[in-house]
Amino acid sequence: MDVFGSFTLLLAFVCAVYAFIGGIFAIKTRHPLLIKSTRQAGIATCVLIFIATLAVEYLLFTDNFSQAYVVSHSNRDLSTFYKVAALWSGQEGSLLFWSFLLSVYIISVLIAYRNKNGELMPYVGVVLAGVQIFFLTLNNFVENPFKTLAIVNSNGLLESFTRMDGNGLNPLLQYPEMVIHPPNLYSGYTGFTIPFAFALAALLARYPGEKWIHLTRKWTMVAWCFQSLGILLGAHWAYAVLGWGGYWGWDPVENASLLPWLTGTAFLHSVMMQEKRGMMKVWNVWLVFCTFLLCILGTFLTRSGVVSSVHAFANSHIGPWFVGFLALILFTCFAAYFKNRDYLKSENMLDSMVSRESSFLFNNLLFLIACIAVLSGTLFPVFSEWFTSNRISVGAPFFNKVMIPIGLAILFLTGVGPLLAWRKTSVDSLKRNFGWPLIVGLFCAIACFFLGYKDGASLLCLFLCGFVFGTIVEEFYRGAKVIHVRTGMGMMMAAHELSMRNTRRYGGYVVHFGMVLVFIGLAGSAFNKEAQKAMNIGDSMKLGQYTLVLQSGDTKAEKNYTAQRMIVEVLKDNKQIMMLYPEKRQFQGTEQAAGTMVAIYSTLREDLYVVYAGMDPELNVPVIHAFLNPLVKWIWLGGVWVVMGTLLALMPNRRTVLGVATVPQPASAPITPALAPGVTLREGHD
Amino acid sequence: MQNRAKFGAGIGVIVVALAFLAWLGYGESKTYYHTIAEYQTLSASERSHRMRLAGTVVDGSIKRGSGRVDFTLEEQGKMLRVSYVGGDPLPDTFVDKSQALVEGRPGADGRFVAEHVQAKCASKYEAAPGGDKPAPSGATQRSSM
Repeated sequence: MDVFGSFTLLLAFVCAVYAFIGGIFAIKTRHPLLIKSTRQAGIATCVLIFIATLAVEYLLFTDNFSQAYVVSHSNRDLSTFYKVAALWSGQEGSLLFWSFLLSVYIISVLIAYRNKNGELMPYVGVVLAGVQIFFLTLNNFVENPFKTLAIVNSNGLLESFTRMDGNGLNPLLQYPEMVIHPPNLYSGYTGFTIPFAFALAALLARYPGEKWIHLTRKWTMVAWCFQSLGILLGAHWAYAVLGWGGYWGWDPVENASLLPWLTGTAFLHSVMMQEKRGMMKVWNVWLVFCTFLLCILGTFLTRSGVVSSVHAFANSHIGPWFVGFLALILFTCFAAYFKNRDYLKSENMLDSMVSRESSFLFNNLLFLIACIAVLSGTLFPVFSEWFTSNRISVGAPFFNKVMIPIGLAILFLTGVGPLLAWRKTSVDSLKRNFGWPLIVGLFCAIACFFLGYKDGASLLCLFLCGFVFGTIVEEFYRGAKVIHVRTGMGMMMAAHELSMRNTRRYGGYVVHFGMVLVFIGLAGSAFNKEAQKAMNIGDSMKLGQYTLVLQSGDTKAEKNYTAQRMIVEVLKDNKQIMMLYPEKRQFQGTEQAAGTMVAIYSTLREDLYVVYAGMDPELNVPVIHAFLNPLVKWIWLGGVWVVMGTLLALMPNRRTVLGVATVPQPASAPITPALAPGVTLREGHD
Repeated sequence: MQNRAKFGAGIGVIVVALAFLAWLGYGESKTYYHTIAEYQTLSASERSHRMRLAGTVVDGSIKRGSGRVDFTLEEQGKMLRVSYVGGDPLPDTFVDKSQALVEGRPGADGRFVAEHVQAKCASKYEAAPGGDKPAPSGATQRSSM
């Protein structure tokens, strides 16, 4: 199976090279058969990569311990669930998994658009094949997952050999979220390849019209959705498994995943400027390029260990490959841009400071600064070493100082932007639009103040959350009321109808609502409390309104680990409300592999987060470390809304046939093109 | 043109304000990386910096006391005595012969006073490429992005 897998990978490489070179000739000659054959080579590449990936899974499932990758990342006792995940738990497998997910996207694009966008698709195919060639080069020649074990025998010859069992999967990865978090994040990283391919192809082909920008936006939303989910799942994993009471540590690998998310989000907003007003074309193309570059950079940072991190990946020799690839993409982007930059000429100018355009402009500026701040903070050790020969790193205070004001400003714009009119907004309409949301915001801030959340930045954040929530409700209410009056539908049904008629706009609002929830959760972090105590059985410890009593401890043996468990009773106002069981796990056959299982009692108000921190060496009694983290649950709830909103935005609009039919038309009035702008005007508000 | 000036000014204010905050944050959190060999030759002023040092925990050197954990790090034959005084529990991966990254400042008695410790198992989970030396990876590795 390993030879077979190795061979399919090699064949995939050959197909990708053909798709790339053949594609260039196809563009030059415009020969229909050549165009078709290169497209099919692209599809074949993807199918071969699927087969190679299945081959690795087959080796993992059949416990083939003659394989280096299987030995390093699996063992006989590992459950089925984690054998699937073993694919992406090491360098070679992760890179193959990258190629695999990229192929899922590519095959969808190649098949879905096989008879559409005839002028554009050959270019798209070439760009996609180029990216595949890079990853297949790594898969085949640098980090091949199909390496077999060998020893030198007594004759001095190499001889293959098979181990009895494997080393097992890193215990920290043996957690359900670790099975779904990497695929999500990888789907985000790889997904941004598609918008990149469309943008670069359109620029190279000087593709007329705005069709490509719709395609780019759609695929960016798909990748963005996965990226958002991946980041949140990663944060939740860090929260639930690492036992430090936090979910975000500005760790280089976390930052790497945030970077393309920031530019991708900026693009999803500024793309509207291009669609509605024909502005910011250069900016948009570069945002798409940068997002893709940051995805590759993120993969590079994660996989090469160039910036040390708690993730601490093995130093590896893939670094130079990635640097080379980044340079090549950057060169291609610049070359394409300078050759065809007249194609991206703007059609309009900014009219007023108080307009939808300017709110998008500032939104983009803030996202860009956020991206630069995170990027420079992350790469600071590398750059400082280049320039000063001292390796200097910056920590959380640096990121927080910059990112908190940016976050608040973006939250403010989230509320303001959608209510501003295109071109110019009058003072009257400002008053009309912002009255209620301001009252809601103030009410939230005052209520939170009296609930005990007394911290400047957090109160401002909660005020803005209320304000944005007010604007979102107002938007739904107004739209729904129009439908309600016209059709007599109930308000809830009307709101549903409204969302389905303009999914993109109202889906966007749902995403904004999700972000409001996330920000509420972030605001809670200013009020975290913690306590730690070495406790005998029966001892108690107070934290906030909770009292923790250590009832007993026990040990239970599981299939591949032994758990030492503490039984902690939680009391509130002297009434028992909950039992918590924090654990330490000792994985078998390994001296050093231990894992912490945190016990969390989670409510909307706060999380009680209890860790068994080991035995106190002097007193020889268990140490219990407890955290009280307000509002954390809102972050995860927000994530659910973000995903639902994105899915809504991806749905096609429901046709408003009913609405048009009920408007009486004078029989003599000819159907003029003037009707068409009417439609765009209504939509023009998103 | 007037519009452009207004936008320019708005953008300028935002950029300058954020750059100032970044500079404050940088001053507050900058940390120097040194090897243990370098550390022993630092001048007095350089010793006042916050810094990070990495090394292997010497077998049997971990002594847990009340409120502090003492241990010795070794890197290329050079030794560094460390006292960990931070509030967080030490990571599960912090054991004899593990690779540790300590962050803090030099103390008065010649010991390095660490406020944070990160540890990486001398791992069997992933071998270093092209060598038999264990890679600085392992149990603290998330292994994915």
